[in-house]
Amino acid sequence: MVELSLPRNSKIKQGKTHKAKAGTKNIRRYQVYRWDPDTGENPSVDTYEVDMDSCGPMVLDGLIKIKNEMDPTLTFRRSCREGVCGSCAMNIDGTNTLACTKDMGDIKGDVKVYPLPHMEVVKDLVPDLSKAYAQYASIQPWLQADTPAPDKERLQSPEERERLDGLWECILCFCCTTSCPSYWWNSDRYLGPAVLLQAYRWIADSRDERSGDRLDNLEDPFRLYRCHTIMNCTNTCPKSLNPAKAIAETKKLLVERR
Amino acid sequence: MVDLRSDLARVRGLGSAKDGVHHWWVQRLSAIALVPLGIWFVVSAIKLAGVPLPAFKLWLNTGANVFLMVLFVGTLFYHLKLGLQIVIEDYLHVEKTKVVALMLNTFATIFVGAFSIFALVKVAFGG
Repeated sequence: MVELSLPRNSKIKQGKTHKAKAGTKNIRRYQVYRWDPDTGENPSVDTYEVDMDSCGPMVLDGLIKIKNEMDPTLTFRRSCREGVCGSCAMNIDGTNTLACTKDMGDIKGDVKVYPLPHMEVVKDLVPDLSKAYAQYASIQPWLQADTPAPDKERLQSPEERERLDGLWECILCFCCTTSCPSYWWNSDRYLGPAVLLQAYRWIADSRDERSGDRLDNLEDPFRLYRCHTIMNCTNTCPKSLNPAKAIAETKKLLVERR
Repeated sequence: MVDLRSDLARVRGLGSAKDGVHHWWVQRLSAIALVPLGIWFVVSAIKLAGVPLPAFKLWLNTGANVFLMVLFVGTLFYHLKLGLQIVIEDYLHVEKTKVVALMLNTFATIFVGAFSIFALVKVAFGG
């Protein structure tokens, strides 16, 4: 059954406030979700006063500054700091996005940072993505062909290659999947927009010879058809991709092959 | 019971049901059919608002009206059944409750739909 209120051990308390040094002129307040599995305490929201005169422009710059200079216990994932690795996906200012490409200037008031919604939390801003990765593995995201590999590469016309545009750019940050209400309620069986976009990426690839098997694997009331075209996925994608369209194309192919 | 299966085993579960296209397709078909039928029904209902029963019977017996009414009611309850099924599957996660709810949904929509069609036919042709 859908849970309409948070379980008692997930209710969020008011946390600590980390003040800026006296004399700091340009302050931006960060409100960050904190949860430490080792203390057994409920999650809290800590407030940090960040000195903007010595901080970069992106939300990730602020988080790194907090960790380096104010509170080394703050835990989050980050790697490339330029929107290609997908590590720093989190819920910022109410929207799932990448901390490294989210400009603080686009946020009004305090910068509110929470982990990706409706996932188990490992610590602070780090969600447990193991189930999402298993779902990704389940669609066998690699080229499958029975025709022996030619001496050079498998050929693809420019038009065939174009069909992969808008699909290959996905960095698997799972911003879309964790923004989807259908995934919140049915993540045990629904694959979610990120994995379905990846599944379509291989169905759409002219070099792949297993389109039929791939469609067989998706043809299921829960795996695919829990998508009700809510469109949160497309609205939130930090790479401006359109997972809803990839899912719609898959549904069209399933009708076409009947 | 402690579930020690791997994430992949849980995700693969019992495999794909190889089903769902039909439901998806007929839900759209019935939705499209309901656009003209629905407009026709609303326009007719507004025109007929407040008329006495004999006038309604006369209208029902005129042209294809009874045929269109049966078509409209049948499509409507079929579409309702398909839609409610999705809502039940979305939100009910205890297997037993879900199966019972799905059963009640099928029974209720067929019962009310068939009863409405029976009533229409009776009013139109029953003396």
